[in-house]
Amino acid sequence: MPSVVTANRLDDGIVVYLAPGGGWSENLADAARAEGEDEVKALEAVADAAVRDRLVISVYPMPVEVKDDGTVDPISVRERIRASHRTTLTKDWYDVPL
Amino acid sequence: MYRYDEFDHAFVNERVSEFRAQVGRRLAGALSEEEFRPLRLRNGVYLQLHAYMLRIAIPYGQLSPRQLRQLAMIGRKWDRGYGHFTTRQNLQFNWVKLVDIPDVLAALAEVEMHCIQTSGNCVRNVTSDPYAAAAVDELEDPRVWCEILRQWSTLHPEFNWLPRKFKIAVSGAAEDRAATAFHDIGLRIVRGPNGENGFRVLVGGGMGRTPYVGQVIREFLPKEHLLSYVESILRVYNLLGRRDNLFKARIKILVNTLGIDKFREAVEADWEATNKAGIDLPEDEVRRIASYFAPPDLPEQPSRDEALAARREADPRFAGWYRNNVLPHRVPGYASVVISLKEPGRTPGDASSDTMDLVADLAERFGHDEIRVNYTQNLVLPHVARADIPALYDVLAEAGLGVGNNELLGDMICCPGLDYCNLANARSIPIAKEIAKKFEDPARQTEIGKLRVNMSGCINACGHHHAGNIGILGVDKKGTELYQITLGGSPKDDAAVGTIIGPGFRAEKVPDAIGTIVDTYVERRHEGESFLETWRRVGAAPFKEALYGAR
Repeated sequence: MPSVVTANRLDDGIVVYLAPGGGWSENLADAARAEGEDEVKALEAVADAAVRDRLVISVYPMPVEVKDDGTVDPISVRERIRASHRTTLTKDWYDVPL
Repeated sequence: MYRYDEFDHAFVNERVSEFRAQVGRRLAGALSEEEFRPLRLRNGVYLQLHAYMLRIAIPYGQLSPRQLRQLAMIGRKWDRGYGHFTTRQNLQFNWVKLVDIPDVLAALAEVEMHCIQTSGNCVRNVTSDPYAAAAVDELEDPRVWCEILRQWSTLHPEFNWLPRKFKIAVSGAAEDRAATAFHDIGLRIVRGPNGENGFRVLVGGGMGRTPYVGQVIREFLPKEHLLSYVESILRVYNLLGRRDNLFKARIKILVNTLGIDKFREAVEADWEATNKAGIDLPEDEVRRIASYFAPPDLPEQPSRDEALAARREADPRFAGWYRNNVLPHRVPGYASVVISLKEPGRTPGDASSDTMDLVADLAERFGHDEIRVNYTQNLVLPHVARADIPALYDVLAEAGLGVGNNELLGDMICCPGLDYCNLANARSIPIAKEIAKKFEDPARQTEIGKLRVNMSGCINACGHHHAGNIGILGVDKKGTELYQITLGGSPKDDAAVGTIIGPGFRAEKVPDAIGTIVDTYVERRHEGESFLETWRRVGAAPFKEALYGAR
């Protein structure tokens, strides 16, 4: 199962994902995917440097599922919610399926 | 209400400058996150799931229109146009940027507000009865004592690093509307042996993973000794409370490990040795603080307003709202009005900036400039002339705020849960919304009657699930959100911790499970019997059987 590295941006706290090339994106689709322990460690090393550079905080890897169409989905409910950046102000019923 | 003096203004503004410098040092790299974290938490800044969250103290849940408008402005300018009222009578913004927070704190200071001690192992915002100075059953205004405790506890040098956080609630009425039995210290103003008012002091109540109902440490404490006695409780806790285990660090664990008698002995011994005169406030200072809480001048009016009576007769929707959301007032011709933040389909406790502005306007127009936050996550206008109630309702109804579900099933307490909170294991907001949808029909809720349904997205119990007549606790079971249901909890004078009724339910099954519980209650209740009375009479068996079948 592939993994991506996520964090919160230091200055505004927004959820971000480490992209190929070392940038950070709010969009999970842009995240760099790591297969296997070594690739995860390599991404984490890049992320740790970003922590030292005060770009992000609260860094960790998380497993994702790659769907048939190539898009990625977080495995856990928590990460699905984080990835959605959703607010709950709207008057609605379930807008993220349970 | 209390007004800052020069000292208060200077103190809060200094704190804003201090935090601005701390944020600057963090962004410049002079402070690591480990170093910065306790500093930001001391100013109410958490890192949550999506972003930083700012928790703003609303002392004893009281707001002026000017303050509420400022909160609305902050929501618009620095957040996403809404905030969340909490069970600590506070307001949380969910999306505020760290770089903006010093400006937000400065804007709060302009209206005599701050975020100090809304986090950390210190004395938190003191909560109280939202109907203070309005309720018919009130012995004495609890806000005066809340304010005295607030001033005493703010940056108290001895109690700034307690073993764990510390929550105090004060109620001055016959009915407990502040859940005092579920606080580290619960204070009930009661009549003493000689007819004078004093405090019944409860200690060691709390929710979380180890819920306890507070126990009486002193049946009657003369009012003038409040600070010295509370200080002795805190001193004993500070010395003996556990610091080696986060889950055993609250005072409730200490009280229940020692036993209330031994704990009392230790407190009384400390209190005996205390120089009370050096701590307790002089009478004239108590009087000075009390003068800020003089109730508004409300000239008596006829108790019966003909136009109001006619409207109740002619408009069933209005009549339904009135029945639940309009409460009696001590001055003839007035009422306290609950503005429900529980419109079906909306997140319980959330208010948009537009709503905040509207409520501020209504408080000025109809409510003698006072707004209260109830710990049940609604707003209250405590002083409204009965003759103004139809006009007030019309404005509320137009804005989607005319929901007449106060204290009914739809008036659920609900924590932010996994939609926002870093500690949560499961969502609570979507579950609350689905339950609200199932019971959307006001006639159905009226038929069921008063029912407290409380929901938390984790064991920390911010949604007070232990104290719900029906409590719902979200847990994570191997990656799936599962909901445990407890029955029989109560936050009131008959305070009780709910009992787990059986195995948990998957999210989509929860609304039907609540339906089954409600149906069982309605079928089994004797006439006029509350849910708790029925539960205590029939026990768990019929509810278990209805939920799980004969096993």
